[in-house]
Amino acid sequence: MAYKSTANGVGRVFPDLKSLLAKASPPRSGDALAGIAAQSAIERVAAQMALADLPLKAFLQVDLVPFEEDEVSRLIHDTHDPVAFAAISHLTVGQFREWLLDARTTTDRLTALAPGVTPEMAAAVSKIMRLQDLIVVGAKCSVLTAFRNRIGLAGRLSTRLQPNHSTDDSRGIAASLLDGLSFGVGDAVIGVNPATDSMQDYVRIVTLLDEIRRRLDIPTQACCLGHVTTAIQAMNLGAPVDLVFQSIAGSEKANRGFGISLSALAEAREAALSLGRGTVGQNVMYFETGQGSALSADAHFGVDQQTMEARAYAVARQFKPLLVNTVVGFIGPEYLYNGKEIIRAGLEDHFCGKLLGLPMGCDVCYTNHAEADQDDMDALLTLLSAAGVTFVIAVPGADDVMLNYQSLAFHDILYVRKALGRRCAPEFEDWLMRTGLVGADGDLIEKAAAGAIAPALAMIESMEAR
Amino acid sequence: MSSDPPHGRDLSAVADRLARLKQFTPARIGLGRAGPGQPTAANLKFLLDHARARDAVHAALDFEAIAGALSARGWTPIHVQSAAGDRTEYLRRPDLGRRLSPAGRLILERQERGSDVSVVAADGLSSSAIATNLLPTLISLRPLLQRRRLTIGPLVLVEQGRVAIGDEIGELMDAKLALVLIGERPGLSAADSLGAYITWRPRVGSMDSRRNCISNIRAAGLPPEGAARQIDELVGRAFMHSTTGVGLNELCFTEPAFPVIESR
Repeated sequence: MAYKSTANGVGRVFPDLKSLLAKASPPRSGDALAGIAAQSAIERVAAQMALADLPLKAFLQVDLVPFEEDEVSRLIHDTHDPVAFAAISHLTVGQFREWLLDARTTTDRLTALAPGVTPEMAAAVSKIMRLQDLIVVGAKCSVLTAFRNRIGLAGRLSTRLQPNHSTDDSRGIAASLLDGLSFGVGDAVIGVNPATDSMQDYVRIVTLLDEIRRRLDIPTQACCLGHVTTAIQAMNLGAPVDLVFQSIAGSEKANRGFGISLSALAEAREAALSLGRGTVGQNVMYFETGQGSALSADAHFGVDQQTMEARAYAVARQFKPLLVNTVVGFIGPEYLYNGKEIIRAGLEDHFCGKLLGLPMGCDVCYTNHAEADQDDMDALLTLLSAAGVTFVIAVPGADDVMLNYQSLAFHDILYVRKALGRRCAPEFEDWLMRTGLVGADGDLIEKAAAGAIAPALAMIESMEAR
Repeated sequence: MSSDPPHGRDLSAVADRLARLKQFTPARIGLGRAGPGQPTAANLKFLLDHARARDAVHAALDFEAIAGALSARGWTPIHVQSAAGDRTEYLRRPDLGRRLSPAGRLILERQERGSDVSVVAADGLSSSAIATNLLPTLISLRPLLQRRRLTIGPLVLVEQGRVAIGDEIGELMDAKLALVLIGERPGLSAADSLGAYITWRPRVGSMDSRRNCISNIRAAGLPPEGAARQIDELVGRAFMHSTTGVGLNELCFTEPAFPVIESR
């Protein structure tokens, strides 16, 4: 079916829904690389006008990625809740934007709506939303998850402590981990990206993280971000796995590129649930996503990268994750060229994830070949926090020495807590106060006694290399 | 403040104890703080490291100087461009960095074909990697390859090149094996890392899984002399088994060569 619009006195025809969505996307290098972006600024607005007039129902009638060859399309179709959708089934995309912004659309109504929204609807409406729209609606969404603490409560911002080391050296990982704890970071998860995908290293890393967590009695969860199949094997060997991690994307073909399928994710979730390691909740999955991953796997089917990203959230929500984050600036300038594109993408991803009911976080980050710097990261962190982002990621001094890119520094978490008054998960906050790292005012204690982390310090100091 | 911290007897401050852990990691731990921010010195150190990485990406490489130095060492360098017109296009369009410009193709079509090894050096994402580490690597490598009685084609210097441009060049030169030396994406700790990629029977469209890679070639990483020995060893194995990449790893499982997971 073709879609028509008239802008600037010129009529235009968009031959199908995916080209309409692609041309309506705010500019980014990945869509240009794929050859599907609008050719002019006016063409983009014309597409946005046509998109705004499109009834939301139209998205239920068209498969952007063919249903027959794609299990993600089938999942989106099969899990769509028509009762929840009834609240918005009469609206166009443009009216949906206004409905979302309306003060009468409360947190409860958005929560009830989530199963009725498809990824394509969320992506479509985001394309005609400004940053402030994405922020104000994102902030109205509430998604609560739990494992050893509760994530996503009002006024809270959780953090992943990412103590990566270039060769996975145990003492090196532990050193960065303790540095992060001393900043009060790590309530979302203490999560290590391993340098290899070896089984032994995976088991060694989760065992190390679990040992430190138990010695310090920290109410948080740990994760080694290895492959889901490695996690399953490790669990079979009795390794202490809190959360199972996996990178996911928005098409079956792209997921195959990651070496996964929906059934593999289901198997991993069942295995983690059977361990029963959560204390206040049983959300056991952790997913990462990022615009451009489908295109880089040549598995985008001519669909724009932001819509493909939103489709990955349909995969995520099927498995009731504790945490999901977009690794927004990691993929490189051929997908998101500069700070402006990275900032917009980060807010789009957060909005779409939250609207679909996910505990959405963000790795506020960039690589050295992108046109971005620390000021851009300050801007994105501040905007995401205003939007109520569930969690962000932090590393020592913003420099990830294993993955060679810049994420947030532990210091940046202190900044955003100060500037926007966001607090960490309540159980973790109690722990910080109990150990004497944080005072009753919620601020770090200037000269905290090392007794707070002494058992872990002693453990590292007595460890052999590796 | 909690009235009874569980380990309150240890009165040395957290920061002092953490500072001692710096020996275990190159990560920026124990920085101290100024309110919520980093101390000025740490902040400026970060800016300098980022500036070094940015300059490595964007500084133009002096190809004439490199070609001159290579000629003096017995190489026959040829300077060509990829299809990416400038740095901005190179960064936005990786596909163009993988193909020769029409002029570059014409130049290479006039060269002698059929050597065993085609050596390609491309600026990639770090011109300082080429400026610093190409010459020492090649000086060490040349006698090693000659000892294997392998013929080496002209050295092709590529401006705005990606790894896979070695496929088009190798195919055009009808080489048995392509060796691509290329500037790697700079990190904050190292902006001048060189990578070496070898591909048996290079053809346009070769999968990355068909390549082997040696990474982090620089004085403080894998030094050029050592890297040359590793490259030579890989090349030797490739000629012995007539393959590279995952296939070569499977044949040589005792000491795995690293397959390429992703090349930019």
